[in-house]
Amino acid sequence: MNDLVFLIGFPVIVALLMLLVKDKIRNYIVIISAIALGIASLYLLIIYFNKNTVFFDIPFEPTSKIMFIIEILLAVYILYLGITFKKYFTVALILLQAGLLLFLEMGLIPGIEPVNNLFIDQLSIIMAMIIGIIGSLICVYALGYMETYHNRHADIKDRRKLFFFILFIFLSAMFGIVFSNNLIWVFFFWEITTICSFVLIGYSRTPEATNNAFLALSMNLLGGVAFIAALIYIAIMDPSGKLFGLDSLISSGYALAIVPAVLICFAGITKAALMPFSSWLVGAMVAPTPVSALLHSSTMVKAGVYIIVRFAPVLALTTEGFIIAMVGAVTFLLASGIAISQSNAKKVLAYSTIANLGLIVACAGVGTYNLMWVAILLIIFHAIAKSLLFLCVGTVENRIGSKNIEDMGGLIVRMPKIAMMMFIGMAGMFLAPFGMVISKWAAIEAFITAPFGLIFIAILAFGGSFTVFYWSKWMGKIISVMRHQEVVEDTVKKEKWAVLYILTGLVVGVCLAFPLISTYLIEPFIMNIYGVTTRLSQANFAIMIMMICLLLIMPFSMLFYRTGSKHVSPYMGGRTMESEMRFSGTFGTMRELSLSNYYMEKYFGEDKVFYIGTLLCWGLLLIAGIILAGVVL
Amino acid sequence: MITEPVISLVNAVLFILLAPLAGGLIAGIDRKVTARMQGRVGPPVLQPFYDVGKLFEKENMVVTVTQHFYVLSYLVFMIVAGALFFSGGDMLLVIFAFTLSHIFLVLGAYASYSPYSHIGAERELIQIIAYEPMIIFTAVGMYMVTQSFNVSAIVNSGIPIILYLPGVFIGYLIVLTIKLRKSPFDLSTSHHAHQEIVKGVTTDFSGSNLGKIEIAHWYEYVFLLGVVYLFFGFSPVIAVAAIIIAYFLEILIDNTISRVKWQLTLRSAWLIAGTLGIVNLGVLYYLKGVIMP
Repeated sequence: MNDLVFLIGFPVIVALLMLLVKDKIRNYIVIISAIALGIASLYLLIIYFNKNTVFFDIPFEPTSKIMFIIEILLAVYILYLGITFKKYFTVALILLQAGLLLFLEMGLIPGIEPVNNLFIDQLSIIMAMIIGIIGSLICVYALGYMETYHNRHADIKDRRKLFFFILFIFLSAMFGIVFSNNLIWVFFFWEITTICSFVLIGYSRTPEATNNAFLALSMNLLGGVAFIAALIYIAIMDPSGKLFGLDSLISSGYALAIVPAVLICFAGITKAALMPFSSWLVGAMVAPTPVSALLHSSTMVKAGVYIIVRFAPVLALTTEGFIIAMVGAVTFLLASGIAISQSNAKKVLAYSTIANLGLIVACAGVGTYNLMWVAILLIIFHAIAKSLLFLCVGTVENRIGSKNIEDMGGLIVRMPKIAMMMFIGMAGMFLAPFGMVISKWAAIEAFITAPFGLIFIAILAFGGSFTVFYWSKWMGKIISVMRHQEVVEDTVKKEKWAVLYILTGLVVGVCLAFPLISTYLIEPFIMNIYGVTTRLSQANFAIMIMMICLLLIMPFSMLFYRTGSKHVSPYMGGRTMESEMRFSGTFGTMRELSLSNYYMEKYFGEDKVFYIGTLLCWGLLLIAGIILAGVVL
Repeated sequence: MITEPVISLVNAVLFILLAPLAGGLIAGIDRKVTARMQGRVGPPVLQPFYDVGKLFEKENMVVTVTQHFYVLSYLVFMIVAGALFFSGGDMLLVIFAFTLSHIFLVLGAYASYSPYSHIGAERELIQIIAYEPMIIFTAVGMYMVTQSFNVSAIVNSGIPIILYLPGVFIGYLIVLTIKLRKSPFDLSTSHHAHQEIVKGVTTDFSGSNLGKIEIAHWYEYVFLLGVVYLFFGFSPVIAVAAIIIAYFLEILIDNTISRVKWQLTLRSAWLIAGTLGIVNLGVLYYLKGVIMP
């Protein structure tokens, strides 16, 4: 029990320290606490991996009282900001939420005494590892990044104390979400993550950042309202308060659980930035890159899919679940399409995240046991590869001053190590035999046995090929060899390298260790819920591992080819070339050679596709709402 | 007693050894037939072997040494995909390995900073995304009929798969045109000498690298025709006949239809996959109990 409390509480203490200390000492504290969090989550794995679900009886009061007071204070703070910045939609939402909260806390909850408020099972362990290891690595990376960031942007006020304070609060809240069995507590931590992301997105306080921060806030508050509506529904249906326990709610059966499940999944959809709410995550990239990395990989959006995966057993094979899955699938298809048309690296990453979250929700929404297995795999693989990619893009941006993919040509010459890491990260996202493809493969095999599975397979086939397209052309950009370029990566700081190396190692390592992860964590978890489980066959495991080894060996062929080849210029149709990628044009002028990728704006233009997605997904949610209303009445 | 893994292994080894011979012969016959259609005598059937042999004797010229790595990976993973297929492995895994190998070819083309190979690479990518959905539908269709993704189980099922999957088969033949680099879909590189982007993806490869790409194509031919075989797996004689007819059709189309733009390629391939493929699978899906045992 102390280990869980440590993981939730320790980041809070570090966060408070962050408010006090200055640059030098901050670096030490962040690195040491990152190591501590990493070790603590590994410790958790070792202690609990074979223990199934363990509950802990933390007293409900006075903890809940303190949480309630914090929530009200935060609501007042948001109210103040909303009025100052004239964001009346946000103001309306926060008032509504605070009103509902007061109604719940004053009117319905007094007298209940839920037990088993904290718990841990295999899914919590997996999430805790993602938060504890990847999340804290990103914090370490942020040290160096923020220093460079403020050197580059002298106009932005240095609020790093606040920045690191919020980062650690964020981690604490994420641990809180995955360890809380009491839904009222989950909601508290849920709201904390919303507000943390609000502060982090608005960090630079430019008008754009402020607007996007409020956009993120209002969308997540909307989800929060749905969440609290679920809590009120539970409190009314079951005055004893027993159903506030996640475990008892999920096992209480369709009739009782479906309404809160769908409401909470709606909250999950807003938090996971599925369409029609994807715009907040795209807008969130105005924040410094470590924030994006954090939001996209280990926190925030992962909280959204986590809660939907938790409720998957309730959703399984219901119409409501199917609709939620369709929202996910449509998001996967359309967001993958939009990613083709984007040249801003962070936007491509953002849409890729949205697409993958869509896929996770599609799996969890259908909710059969083998799809659940896929959903959890996707969460793991996506977190690692995506954090690596964001941090690489951040490093590149710091060096070359651009996050446009078109400016990353010849990165393999200019920043060879970073380019290799990006290459591995991207391979992790779409190439066999890495994680995401293993999951895609398993998803096809799982959907084929699910009702209406064919629709999902069709979406997966087309969306999957979009994915191949936008990653490959980006990969092609960074590996194209343009000679006579300077190497510019030697100024990157030591701790940044350490973080990047560890993440790169994890991308490959997790693929190799994936049979173990599946056997010891995911399969027992699914076994507990469904009584059956699934896995990849032994033979296919072996083939995957062999393919990975082959891929790792292939680069060594370069040693063999190092000498003995005659170098020539690229073919230019017989034009005279100068050494610096210039060729002789007409009338004796020398022209610069520049090549650009296809973006297919006409087919995959952001505005158009997003519009379609918004319509479709709102339509789906509306249908879900009508069905829900039918159930309630 | 010979166990199943041994048979798989033997099949894989046979594929690795014999597929280039078969593929080269197919390429030779292809050129001969094409020449006859155009009223020429055409080269000897063994000409592809002479060509590749000569390529390996050429001086080793590269734009960047990384090209060696990409081409070698292309060849190796093409062999892996084919060997997995012929050893009776999982169809989806085969498809993913197949895609992986093509990505290496595309990356090799990107690696040299030439406008011709760059456009070739972009078009090759467009071709990949054009055919991939249909190939996945093919695998899914086979699963729906035989309840297995394993090639060995599919081929030994004894079910006349073609009767259940006529739409998927036609769809597959159409993407086969893309894969065999036949007109109207020979966008990224062409066997014919009149390309506006010179040789597209292969522009900047020469000597032994170009030779390896040719050999990879031979492996690819055998693998792709192997998938045609699966549709007729219940009767080897019909299957071989079907392969011959299918290939002849491809040559005929190649010589009678002019090349289209990438937009039309993408649209038609997706339209075919989206209609023929999905409708066929949909019918199968909802009539599961009716027409299937």
